[in-house]
Amino acid sequence: MTDVANQPLETETTVTISVDGAEVSVAAGETILTACTKAGIDTPTICYGPTLTPVNACRVCVVELDGSRTLVPSCSRPAEDGMVVQTDSERVRHSRKMVLEFLGSGVDLSEADDLRAWSEQYGADPTRYGPAAERMNEDVKVQDDLYVRDYDKCVLCYKCVEACGDDAQHTFAISMAGRGFGARISTEFDVTLPESACVYCGNCVAVCPTNALQFKTEFDLRQAANWRPEDQSVTTTVCSYCGVGCNLELHTQDERIVKVTSPNDHSVTSGNLCIKGRFGWQYVHGDTDG
Amino acid sequence: MFGAGGGTSSYAEIEETDLILLWGSNAREAHPIFFHHLLKGIDNGARMYAVDPRRTSSAKFADVWLGIEVGSDVALANAVGREIIAAGLTNEEFIAHSTQGFEEYRAAVEPYTLEMAEAEVGVPADAIREMAHAYATAESAQILWTLGITEHHNAVDNVLALCNLALLTGHIGRWGSGLVPLRGQNNVQGGGDMGALPNKFPGFQNIDDPEARKKFETVYGAELNPEPGLHLTLMFEAMERGDLRSVYVIGENPADSEADIQHARKLLSGLDLLVVQDIFLTRTAELADVVLPASVAWAESNGTVTSSERRVQRVRAAVPPPGEARDDIEILFALADRMGHGWGSPDPEALWNELCSLSPLHGGMTWQRLEDEGGLQWPCPDLDHPGSPFLHGWLWEDDLGGRPRAPFSALVHQGPHEALSEDFPLRLTTGRALDSYNTGVQSGGYDSPIRYGDALDVNPRDAERLALVDGERVLVSSPRGSVEMPIRIQPDLPVGLTFTTFHFPDLVDANVLTNDAWDKRSGTAEFKAAAIRIEKLASTDGATVG
Amino acid sequence: MADLHLTEARASASEAAAIDAAIGNETAVVVETERLVRGGTARRHALRHLLLPALHALQTESGWISPGGLNHIAEVLQVPPAEAYGVASFYEMFRVDDPPGHDDDVVHVCIDPACRIAGAEDRIAELEAAGTPVHRSPCLGQCERPPAVFIQGRRKANSVPADDQPFALPQAGDPALRLLRRVGVVDPTSLDSYREHGGYEALTAALAMGPDAVLTALTDAGLSGRGGAAFPTGVKWRAVRDASGADERPAQKRPIQKHVVANADESEPGTFKDRIVMEHDPFALIEAMTIAGVTTGATRGWVYIRGEYPQATARLENAIAEASAAGLLGDDVAGSGHAFHVEVRRGAGAYICGEETALFNSLEGFRGEPRNKPPYPTTNGLFDQPTAINNPETLLNVLPIVLDGPDAYRAAGTDGSPGTRLFCVSGDVAAPGLYEFPFGISLGELLGAAGGVTGGADPQAILLGGAAGMFVTAESLDLALTLEDTRAAGVTLGSGVVMVFGPQVDLADVCARIAEFFRNESCGQCVPCRVGAVRQHEMVVELGAKPISADQRQLHDDMVQVMADASICGLGHTAGSAIQSAFDLGLLGGSR
Repeated sequence: MTDVANQPLETETTVTISVDGAEVSVAAGETILTACTKAGIDTPTICYGPTLTPVNACRVCVVELDGSRTLVPSCSRPAEDGMVVQTDSERVRHSRKMVLEFLGSGVDLSEADDLRAWSEQYGADPTRYGPAAERMNEDVKVQDDLYVRDYDKCVLCYKCVEACGDDAQHTFAISMAGRGFGARISTEFDVTLPESACVYCGNCVAVCPTNALQFKTEFDLRQAANWRPEDQSVTTTVCSYCGVGCNLELHTQDERIVKVTSPNDHSVTSGNLCIKGRFGWQYVHGDTDG
Repeated sequence: MFGAGGGTSSYAEIEETDLILLWGSNAREAHPIFFHHLLKGIDNGARMYAVDPRRTSSAKFADVWLGIEVGSDVALANAVGREIIAAGLTNEEFIAHSTQGFEEYRAAVEPYTLEMAEAEVGVPADAIREMAHAYATAESAQILWTLGITEHHNAVDNVLALCNLALLTGHIGRWGSGLVPLRGQNNVQGGGDMGALPNKFPGFQNIDDPEARKKFETVYGAELNPEPGLHLTLMFEAMERGDLRSVYVIGENPADSEADIQHARKLLSGLDLLVVQDIFLTRTAELADVVLPASVAWAESNGTVTSSERRVQRVRAAVPPPGEARDDIEILFALADRMGHGWGSPDPEALWNELCSLSPLHGGMTWQRLEDEGGLQWPCPDLDHPGSPFLHGWLWEDDLGGRPRAPFSALVHQGPHEALSEDFPLRLTTGRALDSYNTGVQSGGYDSPIRYGDALDVNPRDAERLALVDGERVLVSSPRGSVEMPIRIQPDLPVGLTFTTFHFPDLVDANVLTNDAWDKRSGTAEFKAAAIRIEKLASTDGATVG
Repeated sequence: MADLHLTEARASASEAAAIDAAIGNETAVVVETERLVRGGTARRHALRHLLLPALHALQTESGWISPGGLNHIAEVLQVPPAEAYGVASFYEMFRVDDPPGHDDDVVHVCIDPACRIAGAEDRIAELEAAGTPVHRSPCLGQCERPPAVFIQGRRKANSVPADDQPFALPQAGDPALRLLRRVGVVDPTSLDSYREHGGYEALTAALAMGPDAVLTALTDAGLSGRGGAAFPTGVKWRAVRDASGADERPAQKRPIQKHVVANADESEPGTFKDRIVMEHDPFALIEAMTIAGVTTGATRGWVYIRGEYPQATARLENAIAEASAAGLLGDDVAGSGHAFHVEVRRGAGAYICGEETALFNSLEGFRGEPRNKPPYPTTNGLFDQPTAINNPETLLNVLPIVLDGPDAYRAAGTDGSPGTRLFCVSGDVAAPGLYEFPFGISLGELLGAAGGVTGGADPQAILLGGAAGMFVTAESLDLALTLEDTRAAGVTLGSGVVMVFGPQVDLADVCARIAEFFRNESCGQCVPCRVGAVRQHEMVVELGAKPISADQRQLHDDMVQVMADASICGLGHTAGSAIQSAFDLGLLGGSR
């Protein structure tokens, strides 16, 4: 009675690749992006999320791989022994610049701090396409007291769709709809969220890289010009509802909770919460009718 | 039956298991983030059988839903066990090595043929056979349950009936296999771990064990009573008898949450002294002589809670408590002070580390490690121990870790305490909705776009028979009382079954209807099975409510 | 997605009946008794590929994808309605807006270059003047008979008016024909006729040779893919044969299932070769797929055919039925013990679905968005299983290789490009149509064979390889049409498109349409293509016939480079190449 697996067997092999001339070893199955991070190289990413299956749609993380005709997305390409990768070549910088420039030419990036910083870093100039360049042109959708969807800020990175779908919530309330530049994140026939399958877990909002999806609390504070990240602090605690033990990060400003997230690296949640954990905190401030 | 009370398995294990029996649990709504792990398991190829009177949102993910009669769990489990034995699918080596009482069990389940079970349980014999074979032949399998198993008058039998299946097949004590009760509150596990049970010290040490008692007496500097105390249901019985005249309630709202609620409220109102320590002026607090306003434990205080996978994690203060509200520990220390015991200044870290010194399960879980490692799963006996992802690996050790063999339990199917009758011909069962929580004192604080309020779910054919339309307000009565509430026509429950949540007691006092028959061993009332009738309201115009 | 949430809209009885019939009355949830329901993720996944047929049925029945109809599909297949909507809204042939006049047939008229220069807009004006609403469509694959028209039927089958005209192959009766030798000769609806013309001799030979010998013959013959990428077919098939199909995921224990897919989503503007072959020699494709099946170990075959090819679809379905009845398909192919079943699946109007991984997604019932590679189809193809996917023309080549051997096959063509090639000649030539010549014929010779440029003058430009290819000018008439020569010249044969533009053609207009084509056909998944194709179109439209500035040229170079370097798939990689070649040759932006 001793041949019992007490733990899943971890048989870990490593692969070694060259990143900008330096040898880096990562576990087999890890990506070029992981190797770059391990080599101390910051790689811009938009559609990549540590808890999500890579869709490699944004293409901002591309690197140059010896022997490959095209650039490859580092976020999804598994590292293989002997790969030689350049992360800062002329071609790489060019593609990153152009991706950011393309996005800047059609999308409101005013609240996408990372994208703005990278745009500056890579010298993206969205004004090159002139004032007539077609844009997203979407109105803000405020359909309930919890979410705001501002698709003028949407870069169509699929992260919300994945978080709503089989990477986490399995609710599938939203999908990419339409095609090409007309593609939009949408419910069926663009019905309102309360009419849709949405269960308001907020996991889509949590992964949005551009603030196209916001919690209403943040939206309202921004509208009142009172959203002050510099005055906020974050405290990790445990949700007060069921017994699963989800870690919550309480973002507080002026001694009030203004947003709730969960750490991506927490084994219980992988960054995901349910409607109660995400929004059921108002009673802390005495806002209750119960 | 195996010792310490806790789920045997880690959430990560269900992602790799082969077979899931979800039995009396609507985890999709009641434990949504656990359900994410379960869904990963399904995406990885696990099959799932859901046993539940209702085709819940959880059951809709199952390969097979078995819509059993409310309260027929023991009959079904016994029939599954009998079929596993009859088909020669038991794990004979495991039974011989690690268990005791198999022959008695075999004899006890003998009457539970598939045909008999079909009649009692209401699902076809073939499906029961199929589930039995699937469970027995899976490489790894988990049984998960929640209040569908435990809110019955025979709750302990229900749990033991499921444990029997794990013993028959050896689906216990190994990665990916286990028995997993999902906890309904964020620290119900921790409360038990900390000795908030009538007969236990922290770490599930028995109060009638002189050695354990001596250990605690030495540290606490006081003599401890070796007699077990009362659990909640016994307390109400003692109130009824007049034996219990003073009650101190901390963070519980029995005036809304007890079954047969009118009776409970009467008893609470008749006490000599009722002290309520809570973050809200709950209905219970409204009945109290003294109310001690407390801070919100998870957002205004520091401490720990323990989850369904026995993971101890830190809670931290993020905002200051309002007004005069104070930390629970601070209140207790102040009370001790007034009673003439100087406990010093309240310090959660020191208290926790004292607990670690007294509870072997927690021996290695210092406050600092909880901070550094972000949570640890007990047992964690020493500082070098990484914590335990699953329990009962000893069942597979040659010497059983020096423990006695795990016992089978011979059980008899009883059915619900309250039979249906001519006056009360419909079955009522209760449960949670995704966006709400218990009596709604917390979840009522936010505006959920998906909230529909408490309504009575009724099968379309019952609705048709009673000439009811969706949303119509009706009078619902059980032997204990009547409430008015709207109905929702729902095809996901069988004819004869009705269902309601209990999140909005101010609007619908659903627990007026529920049965307070309870299990003497667990102290849980039979919220899951009452007999009711539905009557049209004379003045109704069928207006939609909710 | 098992806890589906549907809006209140409900299907009409006729919608529900049409959908149920299209999917064989399958349902993802089976209610056995009031207390016993079967469903589950595995069953739901297994039915997902029926989504596209269900949407076709709804579109045909209702003239659009109605919310009630969509809900019915969502319910029976247990596909979340948002996902079903996302899929429906991806395709040209499905309407998700509540359309006025959806009670009528939809008349599609092609506005892509060959039809454009043949008066497509005049035809549209005529039709609209007669009160017929017209859907301006991308290439309909009838470039040899412009302007192309396709009619999407409401409550009746789709149709192509030109299919009623008699068919004649320009090279009919030429004994040098290999791939086209039966086209226009054999009765395409008759298995007996096919057998009288040598049909199924190759399958008999392949079964006698065994898989290894077939693979060796393909490799020795030097057969490479005719879809554009020219990948060696023998290598691809061997990889599928060798693929273990093992699934790494822990609890996943699926049996190994391999697939053969014929990529008949011929949508590259200027391409119509597969249509003609499938319409006039459909059994040949089925026979070649069967050889692929027994050679690679695949037991399932799929023809993914573009939705605008009703006649080819009908003839293939007939061929499959006849072959199955004769025991040439099924559980025991020709008594060999091999199982091989073939199904036809219709696309719904999306150029991108010709990209092999987008095709897989489309067939599986998802949006036709390409997947990132690796992993490659040979190990992770259709349904994530090992898959040999080939263009019909490629598959046709297997028959002469198996029958006559690699040496005979190599007697035609060059060392680097053995065999023959199908050329789709369209535009301003006297005899547009489908031609088969050995690799190595010069561009000028090919145009000569097609009767020469209309009016006898030199062409202004020739588009080689389709919209994803490049322009050349009369200076390239000596170019030998081989893989190696075109590569050396920096151009491509692509799908065999040779589209000729005479002196009178407004090339700025043609280029604007090509740019618009890519703008419309980009799936939208990756940023370089989604935005790049729009910015390119905006630039070409704004430029018109004006000279291009240095800044504009730099910007265009930048856009083309990022699309080529960083797009996910071939559509993005090549979306700028035709326009770029037009700039390079001075055909556009020009000072020529």
